[in-house]
Amino acid sequence: METKTLTDVLRDHPFLEGLKPNHIQKIAELAMEVQFSRDHLVFREGDESSLFYLLLSGKVALEISAPGKIVRIQTLGAGDEMGWSSLLGGDGKTFQARALESVRAVAFDAARLRQTFDQDTAFGYQFMQRLIKVVARRLQAARLQLLDVYAPGGAKMA
Amino acid sequence: MSVLTVPSKAAPPPMNALRVASVVKENHDTFTLTLDADGEESAGRFAPGQFSMLYVYGVGELPISISGDPHETGRLVYTVRSVGKATNALVNRQAGESIGVRGPFGTTWPLEAARGKDVLIVAGGIGLAPLRPVIHHILRHRDDYVRLMVLYGARSPKDLLYRKQLTEWGRLPDTQVLTTVDYGGVNWRGYVGVVTTLFRYVRMHPGRTIAMICGPEIMMRYVIRELDKRGLPDSDVYLSMERNMKCAVGFCGHCQLGPYFVCKDGPIFPYTQMRPWLEKHEL
Repeated sequence: METKTLTDVLRDHPFLEGLKPNHIQKIAELAMEVQFSRDHLVFREGDESSLFYLLLSGKVALEISAPGKIVRIQTLGAGDEMGWSSLLGGDGKTFQARALESVRAVAFDAARLRQTFDQDTAFGYQFMQRLIKVVARRLQAARLQLLDVYAPGGAKMA
Repeated sequence: MSVLTVPSKAAPPPMNALRVASVVKENHDTFTLTLDADGEESAGRFAPGQFSMLYVYGVGELPISISGDPHETGRLVYTVRSVGKATNALVNRQAGESIGVRGPFGTTWPLEAARGKDVLIVAGGIGLAPLRPVIHHILRHRDDYVRLMVLYGARSPKDLLYRKQLTEWGRLPDTQVLTTVDYGGVNWRGYVGVVTTLFRYVRMHPGRTIAMICGPEIMMRYVIRELDKRGLPDSDVYLSMERNMKCAVGFCGHCQLGPYFVCKDGPIFPYTQMRPWLEKHEL
């Protein structure tokens, strides 16, 4: 069976698709392969986690604590990114992330990523362009979720 | 391949009184009603996408999409969400009682155009019901189609339709079924997020894929944007439009949408035909 190197895995990940080989090489040098078992809490709300993840397989739920319950607000799967706020530095995590099944991912120390981008701003620009697309996509999805389009009588709009 | 026979559009079909065979609860507010069409051969024939007018005597008449297998002509199956007086009366019929049935009416999903291609079905909420006959047809004629992809979104796990069938379909070869809910509790292990978020997990081949969409209009608009981003030509996209249908034969005008009557010219439209009207304000 053909074994993929970490560089191959990163090159094939949708988030990094189209990056130049030298940029893939740079990011591979910062990458760590990680695995989480079912129900493992990858990070908790308020954690000062500085890791950014690219998911390779399995599903992760993003959850938020409400009084007396946990609300599951989004699910991420293979090909998705997780923990993008760590790239901004500073504040702790606003959600908690729970593995819904066995998960394989690649993790990056966000501080080291930022240092790399400071040194190679063209690479940083490419990376951040991808990241802003992820943020925009999630913002749009969250807005659609708020519309509650399947409610009886249609979307709840003012 | 066996061919589905669509009743002639020349004359409005008469009303038949059909007996209720069963009413099965799908979820907290949605029921599947099976009518016995034995002995009423023309009443039992339909093509995927068509609807009937169901008359609960003394209460009212409703347009309801047919959600059963088009190749089982001895019965007609409808999935009804109980949201008002007439739908409530409909789902509270008992086995053996009669219901007035006119139809089937309307245009059909493009099963011929989809032959030899991948079929992408995107459904939201009760919108899965008019698309289920397409899935039944494809599964009965598996060699005529390539991959079948079903993306289904609902409000919450308790609102999902046909859960057992979705699981069974998802296990079939060349068939991908992804389900998501807008709000999931901690016991829900599936996807959470709007149906458009599922597009990340399917591989599409523009030019070799026919998309069929049914759900709230807002959902359909965003689904079309996702298809556009992925390069699917508008000409390969079909929609089921829901409007206030009353007469079902294009006389009363209640379901008019631009130059079209949804009951007569639809409910299934090519997106290219609907495009100018879908985002028009106050239509």
